[in-house]
Amino acid sequence: MSYTILKKVQAAPNEYDIWVKAPQIASHAKAGQFVIVMADENSERIPLTIADTDKKEAIRVIYQVVGTSTEKLAQLNVGDALSNCAGPLGQPSEIPEGKQTLVIGGGVGIAAILTIIKTLKEKGNHVTTILGSRDREHLILENEIREIADETLIYTDDGSAGKKGLVTDGMNALFEAGKRFDAAWAVGPTIMMKFCSLVAKEHDLLIWTSLNPIMIDGTGMCGGCRVKVKDTIKYACVDGPEFDGRYVDWDILMNRQKQYSKEETESEHVCKLGGIHPSQSKEGGLQ
Amino acid sequence: MNAQERKKQRIPTHERKPQRRKKDFFEVNLGYEEAEAVNEAERCLQCTNPLCVKGCPVNIDIPGFIKKITEKDYKTSGEILKQYNYLPAICGRVCPQETQCEGACIMNKMKHFQPISIGKLERYVADWNREKTDSKKELNISKAVNKKVAVVGSGPAGLTAAAYLAERGFEVTIFEALHLPGGVLVYGIPEFRLPKEIVRHEISDIEKLGVQIKTDYIVGRTITIEELRDEFDAIFIGIGAGTPRMMGIPGSELIGIYSSSEFLTRINLMKSYDFPRHDTPVRVGKNVIVVGGGNVAMDSARSALRMGQTTQFSHHDTYHPNHVKVVYRRTESEIPARIEEYLHAVEEGIEFHWLKNPVEYIGENGQLKAVKVQHMKLGEPDDSGRRRPVPIEGKFEVFDVDTVIEAIGQTPNKLLLESFPQLKLNRRGTIEVDQNLMTSVEGIFAGGDIVTGAATVIEAMGAGKQAAKSIINYLSDDSDSHHQK
Repeated sequence: MSYTILKKVQAAPNEYDIWVKAPQIASHAKAGQFVIVMADENSERIPLTIADTDKKEAIRVIYQVVGTSTEKLAQLNVGDALSNCAGPLGQPSEIPEGKQTLVIGGGVGIAAILTIIKTLKEKGNHVTTILGSRDREHLILENEIREIADETLIYTDDGSAGKKGLVTDGMNALFEAGKRFDAAWAVGPTIMMKFCSLVAKEHDLLIWTSLNPIMIDGTGMCGGCRVKVKDTIKYACVDGPEFDGRYVDWDILMNRQKQYSKEETESEHVCKLGGIHPSQSKEGGLQ
Repeated sequence: MNAQERKKQRIPTHERKPQRRKKDFFEVNLGYEEAEAVNEAERCLQCTNPLCVKGCPVNIDIPGFIKKITEKDYKTSGEILKQYNYLPAICGRVCPQETQCEGACIMNKMKHFQPISIGKLERYVADWNREKTDSKKELNISKAVNKKVAVVGSGPAGLTAAAYLAERGFEVTIFEALHLPGGVLVYGIPEFRLPKEIVRHEISDIEKLGVQIKTDYIVGRTITIEELRDEFDAIFIGIGAGTPRMMGIPGSELIGIYSSSEFLTRINLMKSYDFPRHDTPVRVGKNVIVVGGGNVAMDSARSALRMGQTTQFSHHDTYHPNHVKVVYRRTESEIPARIEEYLHAVEEGIEFHWLKNPVEYIGENGQLKAVKVQHMKLGEPDDSGRRRPVPIEGKFEVFDVDTVIEAIGQTPNKLLLESFPQLKLNRRGTIEVDQNLMTSVEGIFAGGDIVTGAATVIEAMGAGKQAAKSIINYLSDDSDSHHQK
């Protein structure tokens, strides 16, 4: 099996949008699921949400370069092949029919909401979308999402696109305008998902968040991705990655994401010594 | 010691010195030199009714392969082994021979005699053949039978079933979820006990039989059970016991607490002992506690010890010995670990604390700092026949620790099982099978840890072989009517 890169676009500074030939995965993938990729045989196993699929032939993933292995991935161009790609993993999103829905994406997490929005529309739901990013440069997939969603609000930290503010400002604005939703999704940085969940909780709104703890195998084998939801331990890779954010213990998740920060600094140190690429952040977490 | 006396005692194999070996991941046991292997083989009494063969889960012709060693005909000896066992270099290293072939050896019944060192001889022959024989050797494969069998999982059970079927002309495809084949042989058992090069070699021998291995294939996800049933005439499920059991005590979410599965997968499969040359890190503190008394606990403890040392793979230039304790809720006589592994751990300086069981993890800023253990005593025997550990009320102890590795067992991985609800499970959540290892679904067979719960490599191989025989019977009973639609 050759997981050839068919298309590659730089989506934002340090973020790449690629299509990978993987017919067997493309034909089985559903919204909300992810793959585990390895750029080469020494890579970490990197979990990436499937952003889109094409004619049962290829999958699309969008990733941010956060460390050694994602940097290796970024070195690959059209015609090159990933050494490994496994999936689709995780439980698919629970898609309702004919409901009012709100879908929030932040940063590279916007990649993960594209298939959710598409599938929601296919099932006759009304979709309001809030996209958030640092600035205009980091805002990805805006046009694609505007085309399919019924309504799209944009928020950036510096106001260079849409309104200046956070996605939670968007949520509050919608609620203040009297909007009501039957279900919501929020995918993005952990801190964003936490605060979106707090707002949703105030309004008794079911909010699916795609958790991103550090994973290895992605098949329930290692237990490293354990998270606490409603006081029970769940494995994000097989029980999730989507959980109702109102019941997620966010502090535990954020703490566990920091597990390898020390080793990443060490990898950077070695970079200076031996020319290995720097690693600034944990790579095991789902993007 | 005269020659007669010497014959009573087995010839020991060479082992690297503990002080040296605990600093790296190279193999601990170095096996026999040729003369030693021949001398050890000559100790064998060549029983006409050999008990050792009955003690072996795959019934290897043990006197047969040993006889050939005395004749220095290692090639034929290797061929005898491969008739019964496709993974001899692995079995020679990791089988619990003391409770199987060697445990059954007649010499145990003779005063002052030690059993034949069957495992080490098996290893010698397998290694000789790997190093000395031409890889383009003629394969003995039967005429194609035009039947396709899918094998799910490339661990010892799946590999054995696949090899047995392929040799008899079946078209076999193995589906493996991870990026490398081998299952527990690659993600679980450490390099210092089972070099991965050997696993790769034995798997490539199986591929030469025509077995196709598809990695990155998650059955139930990458391909559905229905698709498999459409394409294949029979299916063997050998997916192992793939989900870690954890203590679930307060503080389990702290940084520094691993399941043995995660810890060993990082080290063995992802090669984090070679970080940063391999990208996956593993974090091991100076003070480590391993919970459990099985082989996985020994592997975890000895790996943790090595992670603190200077290794040739490491860029550290300083010597940082880790302090590793194993805590076990029963005593030394109840540990399920192989005696050899336990002794190796003791030699390397692992501390053992018996009759202690963690009840709470104590942290600071999200990082594990200490473990509170309950002191235990032994009560009445339980289902396993071992005396049950019971807490001594009010007696606790606190250990300062940075890392805990829980090695307390496995439960079935539900990823495949939940995508295949027609499969009947028993009350432990493992797959129910009949005496032919057929599941509740016709044409679908299962064996190994997913049926028995966590057991040994060789038992899984025995199950793989038995299932392969059943599949052959099943598919030859009535040629086309079984094709699953």
